[in-house]
Amino acid sequence: MSTVTTHRPRPPVQPTTLLARRLPKYAAPAVALAALLLAAAIVYGAGIGGPALVVVIGALLYLAGLFAAANAVEGRRSARNRTWSALIHSAFVLAVLPLASVVWTLVSKGTERLDANFFGTSMNNIGARDPEGGAYHAIIGTLEQVGIATLITVPLGILCAIYIVEYGRGRFAFAIRFFVDVMTGIPSIVSGLFVLAFWVLIVSPWFNDGRPGFSGFAAALALGVLMLPTVVRSTEEMLRLVPAPLREGAYALGVPKWKTILRVVLPTALPGIVTGVMLAIARAAGETAPVLLVAGGGAAINFDPFENNQSSLALFVYQQAGDASRYAPARAWTAALTLVALVLILTIAAKLLARRNRLGR
Amino acid sequence: MGESPPRSADAGTGGTRVTQSHDGPAGASARVAEAPVSTRTPGGAGLGGGGALPRARAFGAERAFRGLTLAAGTAVLVIIAAIAVFLIAKAVPALRANTVNFWTFEGWFPNDPEPKFGIGALAFGTVLSSVIALLLAVPVALGIALYLSHYAPRRLGTALGFLIDLLAAVPSVVFGLWGRDYFSGPVADFSAWLNTYFSWIPIFGGDGPFGASILLGSLVLAIMVLPIITSLSREVFLQTPTANEEAALALGATRWEMLRTAVLPYGRPGIIAAVMLGLGRALGETIALALTLGITFNISVNLIENGGNTIAANIANAFGEANETGRGALIASGLVLFAITLIVNITARAIIYRRREFTESAA
Repeated sequence: MSTVTTHRPRPPVQPTTLLARRLPKYAAPAVALAALLLAAAIVYGAGIGGPALVVVIGALLYLAGLFAAANAVEGRRSARNRTWSALIHSAFVLAVLPLASVVWTLVSKGTERLDANFFGTSMNNIGARDPEGGAYHAIIGTLEQVGIATLITVPLGILCAIYIVEYGRGRFAFAIRFFVDVMTGIPSIVSGLFVLAFWVLIVSPWFNDGRPGFSGFAAALALGVLMLPTVVRSTEEMLRLVPAPLREGAYALGVPKWKTILRVVLPTALPGIVTGVMLAIARAAGETAPVLLVAGGGAAINFDPFENNQSSLALFVYQQAGDASRYAPARAWTAALTLVALVLILTIAAKLLARRNRLGR
Repeated sequence: MGESPPRSADAGTGGTRVTQSHDGPAGASARVAEAPVSTRTPGGAGLGGGGALPRARAFGAERAFRGLTLAAGTAVLVIIAAIAVFLIAKAVPALRANTVNFWTFEGWFPNDPEPKFGIGALAFGTVLSSVIALLLAVPVALGIALYLSHYAPRRLGTALGFLIDLLAAVPSVVFGLWGRDYFSGPVADFSAWLNTYFSWIPIFGGDGPFGASILLGSLVLAIMVLPIITSLSREVFLQTPTANEEAALALGATRWEMLRTAVLPYGRPGIIAAVMLGLGRALGETIALALTLGITFNISVNLIENGGNTIAANIANAFGEANETGRGALIASGLVLFAITLIVNITARAIIYRRREFTESAA
């Protein structure tokens, strides 16, 4: 504010130009070049680093030089504007570099083992010297666990959102909303520990001859705890977007409230709800920690999620990353690529679906 | 649900049965419907010809559905409570068996005949790595969000925003793998450089080896939470009312002044929410840190020497060879993590809820 209101009185306007004095177009590149040269001279002159340091010091010198030049010609406010603009642009470059590196490494290393064998075999009887082995068992595990988690979470989450939006009043509904928000922030490892304590160590021994029952179903429970708040929040937002006249029209026709919700409100909000569910699935599919704690992570193919150990793609990546075999890194990267592809397909489909949503945001 | 089939058939056609059998006026609470007939028809009988509304049935579909949703809503509270209860139930025996102080002992030997384990170093590492990650990520993320919302051409901004959203969905294990297999090299070189010239600052001291350090873990964490914070704050910035921005520009503000006076204040609750969400993710991050940190159990402010550990990373690493007490000890440490994230989350939500009353922003 102060910069807007307390600027110095302007010099009288020259008759020849109505515009303020501005830096010439070549000024910014010139300052950049000078800054880089100066930085190179400093770094190599003192012998304190390599090209990376030249760029860093050059960028700092560029910011300082730009501010000084603009301050001299255009005034302080404009100089600030230019410097912040340069900072914001450089933030963008700074962030793109590592993210691009992640993507590049993923694609270049992940395609190494991208063959039929990888998708057709498990890690059963694969020793440290065997270059084969695949993630078939892990893919099955991921699909089953995420599928069960979705079956549990989606009805529960939608009903919970309906309560919050349509029925809930007062402190109790507020408490539920608040704790759904809080639940969004529960770390995945804590949800894994919860299912470990509750299901694997306490409940499942009852019908498992007293032994702790690590299983895909336990992993599904843990993933469900993580998915639930996401489903509730997105459904809640979508239900709130349903126009009130739709509800009122149904009430006016004498349709009871529960049927209005099921037949009018939910179908209207459906595309948005599906988007939210798909995003939740994408997040759950990428979780490693809960699966590591409660699924056991076997090497063989196990179709039964209720009995014996299961693996998952994310867990497979983690296990192969910790494996000493020299063929393990290639398997880890290919599994990571598969996992990212799965998650991204889900996310992209969800976003495209959201675009077709009639309710809009 | 669905115990009176004829009603649905008539409901849409406006048949006579509609008024006879529907449960009450839309939006009216069940208590009103149970009141005597005369109080529910203030206009008197005969007006409008609708007749008196029927008594609400005690076990009608409406009640059943309402009860079902109420049960689902309560389930959330039950789950949160159950998390606390079951973690405590499994943690207490291990804590009783612990022969040293849980809060101060630096080490993790819960599987020994005389279990010794302490949370101090782990909690310290958790908070330290998360705070450094946020210090690195937040300014950059806000910069990108501003670039995407107010500097980049509209089409480019939308396309890049979509890309950032996709990056936010990349699983953490991928970032961990990248940090360990690829990023540790450059970070080790950088650490050695820092050590050569800045070893007089304690955080850059030590004599190596460098690489698998808190610095690497924090950088990987920062790169992970960057897309999350960016995509959330970008959405908030895009929602700034155009009128506010144009008013600032019309008063002669430069673009930066417009951002500072119109966009940033408007988006502040959203930024706080985004940062807190990022902090939550960073505090609870497990696999990326389990892969990148060089697991040690001492409290040290040195950022670049091999070492560092967090509660979550320790759970992932130590779970494999944990016995009964070992599992209990890990669950106890998870309970501490749960408490930390709960405090962070509740604080953040309280801030947002209070602010939401004044500014109608989507936080």
